[in-house]
Amino acid sequence: MPLADGAPLSRAPAADPAGEAPVLEVDRLEVVFDTRGGAVHAINGVSFSVRPGELLGVVGESGSGKSVTMMSALDLLPSPPARRTGGAIRYQGRDVSSMGPKALRKLRGGDIGFVFQDPMTSLNPVFTVGYQICEPLRAHLGLSRKQARKRAAELLAMVGIPSPEARLDDYPHQFSGGMRQRVMVAIALSCEPRVIIADEPTTALDVTIQAQILDLVRDLRHRTGAAIVWVTHDLGVIAGIADRVAVMYAGQIVEEAPVAAIFAGPRHPYAAALLETIPDVEGERPERLTTIPGQPPILRAPPAACAFAPRCAHAFDRCHAQNPPLADDGTGHKAACWLRPETVAAAEAGEGAR
Amino acid sequence: MLTYTIRRLAFAVPTLLVISFLIFGILDLAPSDPTAQLPLTIPPEVREKIRLSLGLGDPFIVRYFKWLVQFMVNEPLNILEQWTGWTIGDGERLRVLSWQTRSPVVDLIVQRMPQTLWVVGMSYVVGIVIAIPIGVISAYRQYSWFDQFGTLFSMVGFSIPTFFTGLLFIVIFSVTLGWLPSIYDTTLVVEDWDSFVAQVKQMIMPTMVLGLYNASQLSRFMRASVLDNLNQDYVRTARAKGMTEKVVLLIHVLRNSMIPVVTVIALNLPQVFGGAIITEQIFRVNGLGQLLIGAIEGGDIPTVQTLTFIFAVLIVVFNLIADVLYGILDPRIRYD
Ligand SMILES: Nc1ncnc2c1ncn2[C@@H]1O[C@H](COP(=O)(O)OP(=O)(O)OP(=O)(O)O)[C@@H](O)[C@H]1O
Ligand code: SF4
Ligand SMILES: [Mg+2]
Repeated sequence: MPLADGAPLSRAPAADPAGEAPVLEVDRLEVVFDTRGGAVHAINGVSFSVRPGELLGVVGESGSGKSVTMMSALDLLPSPPARRTGGAIRYQGRDVSSMGPKALRKLRGGDIGFVFQDPMTSLNPVFTVGYQICEPLRAHLGLSRKQARKRAAELLAMVGIPSPEARLDDYPHQFSGGMRQRVMVAIALSCEPRVIIADEPTTALDVTIQAQILDLVRDLRHRTGAAIVWVTHDLGVIAGIADRVAVMYAGQIVEEAPVAAIFAGPRHPYAAALLETIPDVEGERPERLTTIPGQPPILRAPPAACAFAPRCAHAFDRCHAQNPPLADDGTGHKAACWLRPETVAAAEAGEGAR
Repeated sequence: MLTYTIRRLAFAVPTLLVISFLIFGILDLAPSDPTAQLPLTIPPEVREKIRLSLGLGDPFIVRYFKWLVQFMVNEPLNILEQWTGWTIGDGERLRVLSWQTRSPVVDLIVQRMPQTLWVVGMSYVVGIVIAIPIGVISAYRQYSWFDQFGTLFSMVGFSIPTFFTGLLFIVIFSVTLGWLPSIYDTTLVVEDWDSFVAQVKQMIMPTMVLGLYNASQLSRFMRASVLDNLNQDYVRTARAKGMTEKVVLLIHVLRNSMIPVVTVIALNLPQVFGGAIITEQIFRVNGLGQLLIGAIEGGDIPTVQTLTFIFAVLIVVFNLIADVLYGILDPRIRYD
């Protein structure tokens, strides 16, 4: 096991083999919600990046902060209650928070397409689906009404909606949940974005449609070289399409690695437990679906210890005293656990630097 | 939608019949005497003849049906004849007569209607025009000084009755400043610029008093509706598509927020006539409100019956309009 090379690598992502610069970078993001019961530290220093053509899978239990991270990247969280207390988002090297409203709008929907988690409520109920698809086409691509409509029909056909021309004039409530999610995908893809952020895009869909949407996204990635961030509960989906996987827990990334590496050997106990919860498709079916006992914490303060410690079978003294930093072992496999030598080394280097 | 509207209209007929029966019956119980206002020197036999000539000798049910036929058939036919110039039948129909003036009630109402419509209608328009922007901005800038001020404004506007604001306005603008007339001159005819200015001047106070009252209520409602919609997921979607804040607020949010507000606007309209009764008294606008008050004071039962019934018709009609508007604005509602 090669030792970590010093500074926590999450701060400076290593150059990838292809040498391409990341198109979207999230750098030590911190988000706090000011609620009636006090502050909730939802995101505590999340860093990740995606390069063109890359698909990053993000997994984690409900409440681990996946959606908040993604929405914060486009500055879509309502404030109050959300407050970004630290970190930066960079698109093609440019700081998103220092962008003017016009540049931000071009980014939203134009350069970055977003598919939201809940298709039932994410479309405006009083406008036709066609109108809602045409909106970004006209705003970002400057298409005429007629051109936009033609393109919208093509997009609906692309996401597998039958008789797309006619359905443009239907309202969202005339579509099923799965169909609405396809409409959301069509909207996200409408302006051929450089980055697609998909927040559990297939959770509401049945397996065949899931596969269709996955194919669609894969195809788009190869055709346009878009980078994709795919948030899901379903590690099975991740295994099939992702290049890299980031595992989130309590508003932090606790493990990040190439997909093969993490499935071959998860290093963080939480990631390991998550992997055990997926039913093995090829091998024997387990007696019952395993779940991780216990609940994810609600953090009233930034984590001062390993947030997983109360649920971790391997927890020891240090886990309760200090939050482990995410560290790379030199192969691009990162973990944040005191059982890992690279984490220990990174913590020492960090203290030495101080 | 069309079948629904027709069905609802069909339902409205029995509803209104029941209402008319109740109104007629309850008012009939009132111990009013059409001859009470006449000089004391008139002997009792003559009084009795007058009563009989007014049809009061008939039993209740007969009188009710007579009134019904007069109001529902004869009067509409009269109005139709007047509008179109046709002659239907012999043109000699029994009409609902006012006990006080002995002239047909409907003619009185037609005389008084324009004043009330101007005051009520304008005040409602003013109320809506003030309330909607205030509601939208208050919600969009929740807890800002604008919102706080809006809250205060509507609390005050809503809790102070119109007869008080009316008198206050008169004291300030008529008595102290002398800017506006305190009495509404119905005989004024708009024919040139000066009379137009005079008309506007005399309309300002009654319209504003009612309008501000309406606005205070409606702006709260609008604010709540916009706030509710601003938290919806589709707003986030619109922003994620790169729409401007103007589009997000004035197209996506406003359109949804208007659905309940339009309904309330339609439903409240008949109540505003009620409010006009008080305002008309204060500013001496001789509209329907004054007609009603005068009729009540004079024990003029036919006029009261007819006016009350017209208000009832308005309520039923605007309920229907509210429902239909709801269906038009919200594509999710399907009545069929
Ligand atoms: N509006 C809010 N007010 C207060 N806290 C919030 C709010 N939205 C999110 N949070 C906090 O942020 C945490 C992360 O929420 P998030 O929606 O990102 O989870 P998630 O990983 O997307 O879960 P899921 O898989 O259920 O979608 C939540 O546990 C919650 O404590
Ligand atoms: S740091 Fe400790 S508590 Fe946290 S995951 Fe590792 S072993 Fe478990
Ligand atoms: Mg989520």
